[in-house]
Amino acid sequence: MSDALKIDDFKGPVHPDWCPGCGDYGVLKALKEAAVALQIPPHKLMVVSGIGCSSNLPGFINAYGAHTLHGRAVPVASGARLANTDLHVVITGGDGDGYGLGLGHLIHAMRRNLNLTYIVMDNQIYGLTTGQTSPTSMLSHRTKTTPRGNVEQPINPIGLALISGATYVARGFSGNPKQLTELIAGGISHAGLALIDVFSPCVTWNKVNTYAWFRERVYDLSQEGHDPANWSVAMEKALQWGDRIPTGLIYQTYRPTYEEAEPVLGKGPLVAQDLGINQSLLDQFLAETM
Amino acid sequence: MKADQSSGVIVGIAGAAGDGLDKTGDTLARTASRLGLSVFAYNSYQSIIRGGHIWLRIRLAEGKVTNHGDALHALMVLNQDSLERHVAEVEPGGVVFYDRDRVRPVPTLMRREVQEFGLPVRELAQPFGKVPAVMQNAVLLGAMLFWLEFEFAVTREVLQDTFAHKSPEIAHQNTALAQAGYQYAEQNALRPVGLSWDFGRIRRPFVTGNEALAMGAVAGGCKFYAAYPMTPASSILHWLVAHSEAAGVLVKQAEDELAVINMAIGASLSGVRAMGGTSGGGFALMSEAIGLAAMLEAPVVIVNSQRGGPSTGLPTKTGQEDLNQVLGASQGDYPRIVMAPYNTRDAYYSAAEALNLAERFQCPVIILSDLLLSEHPETLEPSDLQAALPIDRGHLLAEAPVGYKRYQMTTDGISPRVLPGTPGTTFVAASDEHDEEGNVISDQFTNAPLRRKMHEKRMRKMDGVLPLLEPPCLAGPQDAEVTLVGWGSTWGAIQEAVTQLAADGIVANHLHLKYLIPFHRDHVRKILSGSRQIAVVENNISGQFARHLLAETGIRPAHLILKYDGEPFRPREITIQTLAIVEGKPHTLGVLEHEAREIAYHHIRIHLDDRCRPSELVRRAMAEQTTPVWHTTIVDRDTAAVTGTLLIDAETGATLQWLPA
Repeated sequence: MSDALKIDDFKGPVHPDWCPGCGDYGVLKALKEAAVALQIPPHKLMVVSGIGCSSNLPGFINAYGAHTLHGRAVPVASGARLANTDLHVVITGGDGDGYGLGLGHLIHAMRRNLNLTYIVMDNQIYGLTTGQTSPTSMLSHRTKTTPRGNVEQPINPIGLALISGATYVARGFSGNPKQLTELIAGGISHAGLALIDVFSPCVTWNKVNTYAWFRERVYDLSQEGHDPANWSVAMEKALQWGDRIPTGLIYQTYRPTYEEAEPVLGKGPLVAQDLGINQSLLDQFLAETM
Repeated sequence: MKADQSSGVIVGIAGAAGDGLDKTGDTLARTASRLGLSVFAYNSYQSIIRGGHIWLRIRLAEGKVTNHGDALHALMVLNQDSLERHVAEVEPGGVVFYDRDRVRPVPTLMRREVQEFGLPVRELAQPFGKVPAVMQNAVLLGAMLFWLEFEFAVTREVLQDTFAHKSPEIAHQNTALAQAGYQYAEQNALRPVGLSWDFGRIRRPFVTGNEALAMGAVAGGCKFYAAYPMTPASSILHWLVAHSEAAGVLVKQAEDELAVINMAIGASLSGVRAMGGTSGGGFALMSEAIGLAAMLEAPVVIVNSQRGGPSTGLPTKTGQEDLNQVLGASQGDYPRIVMAPYNTRDAYYSAAEALNLAERFQCPVIILSDLLLSEHPETLEPSDLQAALPIDRGHLLAEAPVGYKRYQMTTDGISPRVLPGTPGTTFVAASDEHDEEGNVISDQFTNAPLRRKMHEKRMRKMDGVLPLLEPPCLAGPQDAEVTLVGWGSTWGAIQEAVTQLAADGIVANHLHLKYLIPFHRDHVRKILSGSRQIAVVENNISGQFARHLLAETGIRPAHLILKYDGEPFRPREITIQTLAIVEGKPHTLGVLEHEAREIAYHHIRIHLDDRCRPSELVRRAMAEQTTPVWHTTIVDRDTAAVTGTLLIDAETGATLQWLPA
């Protein structure tokens, strides 16, 4: 298969502007590898982001994309997907973007179960704005804005996804590219909303949650006989933090997607449908008012 | 003003929310409409489901009427409070209908030669079994139909159609009750209105502005509509949801207005015509993303149906208070189009036009409507709304040419569009400033000349817009003593005020603006340079449009006719203020007698009990008070015994003191 897509086919127009060693490089590579594995041509892939270091990702991959407002990637991606169900829509962003400003949208997207793949590059810090606390910063983490240590309980994205109705919930680590590629490919293939929280260390601003810190703690659920169909066990794993932190596919289930439940999409992708109405239909609408 | 066939009969229906007023009004309006009359209705309601005060005005005429009018020729009241609040508005020669068992007339409040017509509703309803209270209105409606000299058969047909989906029994009961009222009126010598109606018998659509706008959006190719429920925009959402499948529009109720506009932008990026609707508060949340749409060059149409603000303000009352907000929406400079439809028919065509302009210029288009336009129903001519409308998708390419650049710098600023999914190219639509290909030039590759040229490219699109918009023209005589300038939904009331002024011997003319951005600067300047006096008429306290007019044309209007109490203008209000301008009389903001009465009613509702009501009001100076005071006598509703006096400041409206008798 000489015309099979290769990783270079996804090479973006410009080189990433991330710091050397940033975890986001691993995520970008894994996303490309997943697209190769699934043989999704670049023009069928749409990558939507918000604002932040990791949200610059759409510019670094050969695919259609939208770089939107801080916290608003999810609704933009939702609209893009509803309008053209032939597109694979992937959302990429950080913990500030997705779990801070955009958290409300995320919860609704999960219960809505649109066919979207959301990759959160979770570095537990604000990188682009130079090192402030984030919604996932650990308790007592000292940052520029928490000089005495963070006193706010961090968001638990996995637990939140489980109770919000996400149908594919996974955690990756950019230090484990093989697993991450599988998780992303699994998320894109999954019919429904996939949330993939990825430990993507910030080498510049987060001196606590480093590669080494994660390497000492993470383990792969698939090697411990985890059953991703079991919601209760998944919830136990969601709460596991400290010496051992689970990664891998935590939960997967099947529920009709929003697109499947939307009758207007029964006639095919919205973008391919006819526009306007004829006079007899308008007259019918008007007759209802007489 | 007497009732006549051409300027119409105006009837009022007042009661509490939950009394079933809307159905009663609807039956009356549809009967008139099916007889071939023109109808214009306005419901002054409150944001509660039961209780509170509902006040519905329906104007019926042989010719087209453009507003809800001034006078009141017939009043139907469903409770005592409603009678007291509105009976004084009934013109001499008019009539008041009420349920004798529930409401007592108050002759002192009534003007001369007003017939009071109480019906024994309970007795009349008795033969028809157990009748729910909301259905008893039908008895009063029957009497009103007799007074109007309408044919009962038409109402029977309307009631059958209205209640067919519920049960034939309910339809039958309603018809029987209405017929009982009709016959009672006939047998008890009710003097009919005395108009020799020439019923045209043409069936006309009876639609609200929001319904017309929603239909126009469908005709204009809208495929995606998102909204978060907010009065007065919600009925666009409701209509589109109900007709979603038939119309082929995907309708999404989103979690908030941030999601609404961002979903619409996403749908637009994928290539469908997308719209969102809201009111001022939701529009505030959308502000940042309106700039995003402009930056991504994503066509999107946003409807802001205004209500009184600021803050949650007056959720169910009208206003034109968001012009400043719309003009100031989002950070930075960006191309956008703002239009304010001026009537129901125009709302239909504006929606389709907005969708075309959005796609042609790849920018946000904002439709500024308001509660009056959005929610009032009126009859349209059957031919008013045409389905076949041009759909101009602008510079949209089916295939990507070699070397395609999404944000190509062109002479007209419009970059050819390729939609995601098209093979042979890719691009990122970026919120950050970007180059022709969409690569961001905000940090790593900052580039001052590219930023300048890209900014100019976007703004250059505006040059192409104005020539496509129909210029405003002056209505009425060229040479007038005063030119009334309005925008949006005030059109109908201003038109009629010009006619009223002519009857009073004042020559006025009328300039109405639909397009607010871009602005027909040269046309307006030329028209207004011939005006002797300019008065801007608008529904806000600060003259937002007048300031916009000054900014755009350098013309500072000498007079403002403003209304900001939540109610739409009545023509007579504009006429009176215009007369004062012509006569050089200053406009007073003092509290008028009927306003003092309303304030007294409010005090009674909050602090006293419902058994009393305001009776006489006397405006007088008080020794210890620098401003005059309305001495308001409060009496017992049953015995008319004085319970006390309420002092209301005639300037500030403050309730100064309650003096129990």
